[in-house]
Amino acid sequence: MNIWLVLLLGGLITFGIRFSLIYLFGRVEFPETMRKALHYVPPAVLSALIFPELFIREGALTLSLDNHRMIAGLIAILVAWFSKNTLITILAGMAALFLLQFFL
Amino acid sequence: MTQQSKKFWEGVRAEIPLLIGVFPFGMIYGALALNAGLPALAAQLMSSIVFAGSAQFITTQLVRESTPELIIVLTIAVVNLRHMLYSASLAPRLASLSTRWKALLSYLLTDEAYAPTIIHYEKEGLTPYSHWFLLGTGLTLWITWQVSTALGIFLGAAIPEEWSLDFALPLTFIAMLIPVLKNRPAIAAAVSAGIVALIAYSLPYRLGLILAALVGIAIGTFLEESQ
Repeated sequence: MNIWLVLLLGGLITFGIRFSLIYLFGRVEFPETMRKALHYVPPAVLSALIFPELFIREGALTLSLDNHRMIAGLIAILVAWFSKNTLITILAGMAALFLLQFFL
Repeated sequence: MTQQSKKFWEGVRAEIPLLIGVFPFGMIYGALALNAGLPALAAQLMSSIVFAGSAQFITTQLVRESTPELIIVLTIAVVNLRHMLYSASLAPRLASLSTRWKALLSYLLTDEAYAPTIIHYEKEGLTPYSHWFLLGTGLTLWITWQVSTALGIFLGAAIPEEWSLDFALPLTFIAMLIPVLKNRPAIAAAVSAGIVALIAYSLPYRLGLILAALVGIAIGTFLEESQ
């Protein structure tokens, strides 16, 4: 793992994306479908990261109640839904995982 | 006060309420990056070179799972593609500036700098010095992000392993995900991407993540177009 390469390329690409249309203004047309598709990047990427963290334990799909991370994650989803607050969500999920690990 | 500095400080002031959320977020990032095994210097430099909150959290997660470099970079690109919307939206407003100004403002163009700036443009219209407003918001956010990351790295070193701190990462993603589930296509994008991520979990090089994201994006876009 070369983390410095990731930093360099990740930084260049991020800057390139932000600079792209500001720089190319008037020279390219931004397709409408692309504009729509970009709205679905956050929900798609985020849940592609979340699902395996909650439902896969030791390499296998684990939907049982012993899966503490699944339960704590579902609690966090409910808290996020009602609070709309990042910090409260993280604290609630961490507290839930801690209690589950401690008492069960 | 000159027109320039007036606009600049207006931008700084507009950014301040957002910092309440950004500061702890930066600290959590710093602590988690260290916890995931990033060297302290790399964790800090990511905040100044990449300078993109969600992409940094995701990179942290992928580094923890020893994901190949290329997949991490690709994921950063996909995650930050949304900034192209901001780039498109600001382009006509910045068109008259020099390339150097455009480059500087692009580097500082994050969600948190864009949001107050676009509101400002819509309220006040385009004035000769309005780009100083964006410089004010962007620079304020940049400094806050660097300082909060450093503090997080410093404190993160003291957090014991048994606290399962790594679980704060998916929790952060949950907190980011729920507010964007505003309509059916967005919910469908999230659920389908999640399911594909589970099915494709064992694909090599964590290609499942990219596949899942693409399926989710395609389904969301398709549903919106067919509505």
